[in-house]
Amino acid sequence: MTDATLDALYQEVILDHNRRPRNFHAMPAASCSADGKNPNCGDQLTIWVRVEGDRVAELSFQGVGCAISKASASLLTEAVKGKTRAEAEALFETMHRVFTGAETDPTVLKGLGPLRALSGVSKFPMRVKCASLAWHAFKAALDGADSVSTEAAAPAPVS
Amino acid sequence: MSLAPLAPRSDFPLLAAAPALTYLDSAATAQKPRAVLDTITGYYTWANANPHRGAYALAATATQAYHDARARVARFLGVADADTLLFTRGTTEAMNLIATAWGRAMVGAGDNIVVTRMEHHANFVPWQQLALAVGAEFRIAELGPAGTIDLAHLEALVDARTKVVAFGHVSNALGTIHPVAELVRIVRAAGSALVVCDGAQAVPHLRTWVDTLGVDAYAFSGHKMGGPMGIGGLVMRRAILEAMPPYQFGGDMIEWVEDRTSTWNVLPHKFEAGTPNVEGAVALAAACDYLDGLGMDAVRAHEVALTAEAMAALGALPGVTLHGGPDAAARSGVVSFTLDGVHPHDVATALDVAGVCVRAGHHCAQPLMRALGVPATVRASFWVYNTSEDVARLVRAVRETQARFA
Repeated sequence: MTDATLDALYQEVILDHNRRPRNFHAMPAASCSADGKNPNCGDQLTIWVRVEGDRVAELSFQGVGCAISKASASLLTEAVKGKTRAEAEALFETMHRVFTGAETDPTVLKGLGPLRALSGVSKFPMRVKCASLAWHAFKAALDGADSVSTEAAAPAPVS
Repeated sequence: MSLAPLAPRSDFPLLAAAPALTYLDSAATAQKPRAVLDTITGYYTWANANPHRGAYALAATATQAYHDARARVARFLGVADADTLLFTRGTTEAMNLIATAWGRAMVGAGDNIVVTRMEHHANFVPWQQLALAVGAEFRIAELGPAGTIDLAHLEALVDARTKVVAFGHVSNALGTIHPVAELVRIVRAAGSALVVCDGAQAVPHLRTWVDTLGVDAYAFSGHKMGGPMGIGGLVMRRAILEAMPPYQFGGDMIEWVEDRTSTWNVLPHKFEAGTPNVEGAVALAAACDYLDGLGMDAVRAHEVALTAEAMAALGALPGVTLHGGPDAAARSGVVSFTLDGVHPHDVATALDVAGVCVRAGHHCAQPLMRALGVPATVRASFWVYNTSEDVARLVRAVRETQARFA
């Protein structure tokens, strides 16, 4: 592994969202919320979602975690805002493929916009859980669950 | 001063095959000397049969190998009565053995169990769950200053209804060497609790004579001392082992099986149900030979010197916080630290890319992390193959990480 791989993981977008996480607050008016925990590293966060009709109108999060998990949550709150439930769920599936390196379609990757910065994680199997934590919590919130653990949501990656 | 390795890197096939690798995670598991790996192959090549069973000569060879391994490990640990050394999967199984077999029989409602906030989950959760199961009170001795256990608090917690006091010999997260003799004195003065000591982080680093420690039970893991994974042990007083019920039932641990009842084999077999891990036992004995060849005093001196170097160099960097006590001679070869504004997992990933293997996380000690007020730390740990150059690579990689996240 090289410094270039590390640069790809910690792109400026990631570092920026880690330093200044967007929508980093609780949301008393949320329609639903869920806690995400990564038991292996102790990361934990809460995602709040406000749904209007079929659309995700607003998201926010709070918690402690590494740069990857924080940036991923922060990027999620911006990317999912305004999407329909079906679009949000499709994006969840796409991001799962991106994190594990299964998504190679250049058109899809290009269409991700800033979220594409999270694709570097696929070279670091031990960090896939960090990137996916917020996404699993978001999905759990939409599905009406109040918590999710990455141990249950995603089996340990094999590298 | 520049410290060469105490043991040549060429003794360790994994390190020899990866010259650029800086392995600083020996507190999690140590790399294995070639002698240990050769012993495993040798056992299966020349001596493999199921011990204590066949009447043929090969089975006798396997039985003898297993027996000799126990004697060798007992000698390494200063255990005079080798049959009181039970082979287990490691420290975790040893603790579960005591908490289950002894604990369920001896601890009841109204009793209490005392542990410390410093403990690895393996010496915390079994006791917590035993207390929950039998309705006993679970008491936690808090931390003192600078990575220590608050002995006065522990003393206040132990009383005539205390059935177990469990503490580590050396902290896996901070490296602190705890005053075992003083802890034993406190417990004995207060009553008759079983004194259980977790030696997983002590045996690979400090010359440990278990019989002289005064504890009732002492557990250790083979893989942290150069042996293979899946083997370790529990040393316990003979009278206690003979009085307590078995942990698991099956072959080898029985004396006689009637239709409705059974009786138990003598020590150590009573607590070793099923085909034992002979491969692990003989390889662990080889690890003892290897360490005695180096000399445990030399191992200790080497680690203290490296730890002092690392603490001085990391401590001098702005934005680095060292956790634990200030004195390298009061810890094992462990340096736990955090960087301002950079999460330990990001540090570990950046260090990994620089070829430096460290542990980042809660070190299986979440109650301790809560008290330290950090979600996790980075832990560098040293053993016989590490050098001043390894420390320098660590420090260089930490500085680069700080620059990346600045």
